Amino acid sequence: MLDSHSVSVSTQILLFLVGGILFIALALLVSRLIRPNRPNQQKLTSYESGEAPQGEAWVHFNIRFYVLALVFILFEVEIVFMFPWAVIFADQELNAATDGAWGWFAFVEMLIFIVILVFGLIYAWRKGHLDWVKSTPTTADVSSPVPPDLYQAINTRYSSRTSKKES
Amino acid sequence: MKGLLDQQFEQGGIIITKIDDLLNWSRLSSLFPMTFGLACCAIEFMSTGTTVYDMDRFGMAPRATPRQADVMIVSGTVTFKMADRIKQLYEQMAEPRYVISMGSCSNCGGPYWQHGYHVVKGVDRIIPVDVYVPGCPPRPEALIGGILKLHEKIRNESRAKPTAIEKLTGQQNA
Amino acid sequence: MKVAQSQPLLKNLPANKMPELRAIVNDLITHVTGTPAVEIMNSTPPGFVIPKEHLISVCHQLHQHSGTYFDMLSNVTGVDHGPETGTMEVLYHLYSIPFHASIVLKVILPREGGEIESLVPIWKSANWLEREVFDMFGIRFINHPDLRRILMPADWIGFPLRKDYHHEETYRGIKIDY
Repeated sequence: MLDSHSVSVSTQILLFLVGGILFIALALLVSRLIRPNRPNQQKLTSYESGEAPQGEAWVHFNIRFYVLALVFILFEVEIVFMFPWAVIFADQELNAATDGAWGWFAFVEMLIFIVILVFGLIYAWRKGHLDWVKSTPTTADVSSPVPPDLYQAINTRYSSRTSKKES
Repeated sequence: MKGLLDQQFEQGGIIITKIDDLLNWSRLSSLFPMTFGLACCAIEFMSTGTTVYDMDRFGMAPRATPRQADVMIVSGTVTFKMADRIKQLYEQMAEPRYVISMGSCSNCGGPYWQHGYHVVKGVDRIIPVDVYVPGCPPRPEALIGGILKLHEKIRNESRAKPTAIEKLTGQQNA
Repeated sequence: MKVAQSQPLLKNLPANKMPELRAIVNDLITHVTGTPAVEIMNSTPPGFVIPKEHLISVCHQLHQHSGTYFDMLSNVTGVDHGPETGTMEVLYHLYSIPFHASIVLKVILPREGGEIESLVPIWKSANWLEREVFDMFGIRFINHPDLRRILMPADWIGFPLRKDYHHEETYRGIKIDY
């Protein structure tokens, strides 16, 4: 049993990392030694439902993922700062020592911090960075000579509600 | 570098036998079929997967990709247009791989044997087949019978080097 | 839930409307082609033989005319009458959704090098229907946006539904016969 005074914490972490890597490497190595390995030209082609692969496998990435991730990181850092503040804010000793002024002071300070970041949120909101743009449905460019009310007559004749009414 | 499972062993006796048992049992107990339905037999294949006939009790969970599939159940008419794709998909499956030809059309061309210019008269003209299941379409019980036949075939596989020819020639010489 | 029984689905026009439609279409075709319309005898739905050069104008009129409004091309088929007779036909089945009416148009073509105008500018469904006729009979459609085989593999030799069709021995190394 390792005595915590003889092996430092950083050494323990290092041992953990090395052990983890070794464990996975050993499992992969044993698989490599055991499994059959018979590659051929056709087997190594990309799978495309039996067809010959066409085009690139790298597709265009939607840029909105990046923008949203950026916005998330910024506000995540804000939340991270709020955690230690919450611990200090509720400290009863400090509050009693300053006769209640500590609570108000800490609260207003955090409020200012949040308000500054809210301006940034409003900016991102108004600029449309928070929207997930849905594609607009495109109508086909087919011009029909038939006036729509003739089709409407067919629709009403075969609509199940009107037939039920008449029966 | 050939893996251990690729090689054939001459000695080993009891160890090879026990490993054979283990490997064969593990392979036949979880044959993942590739979802490969072409025509009416595919409907029967699907209903074999339903709760009434339940393929899953044999460990067969369908996988859509040939990379993760063990057995390709060719169910339906094989046309010349589809033949390329079937060959490609078979080649893309990883060993150990098996093929069950389900139904008349993939066994021998089926009802299209005489006038079907567009039908391959049997999928074994394209890929090697392990088990043929007759029927048009075969009932789910028949397909399960074919799967159990494949189990028997897998159970008889061995990592030991085959010595039948040597024994036979040895007997002839002796 | 009670099944709606009041409105039977009409498959054909009621009998009293059929002669009306036939008359309208007859007049229309006579007007467009300049010659009396040739009707197919005992045909259900009513059918007309159209000369090849007037096909597009007749179809355009049938599509646009307010008395007929044939807005749907249901089917395009080919018929091969064999090497002795020497003709092939293309049949167009038109259906009018507002008026619940169908007619058939027939065009007679020579067996060798038969070509006909494509109806894709009028009905988009003609795209694949005409591809099928090309694939099976070898009839070329002029101005078709994408004329290639649709049912047989792209490098198949021969047109299968012709009366004198015999397939090859092998296709890409696979034997065709049983």
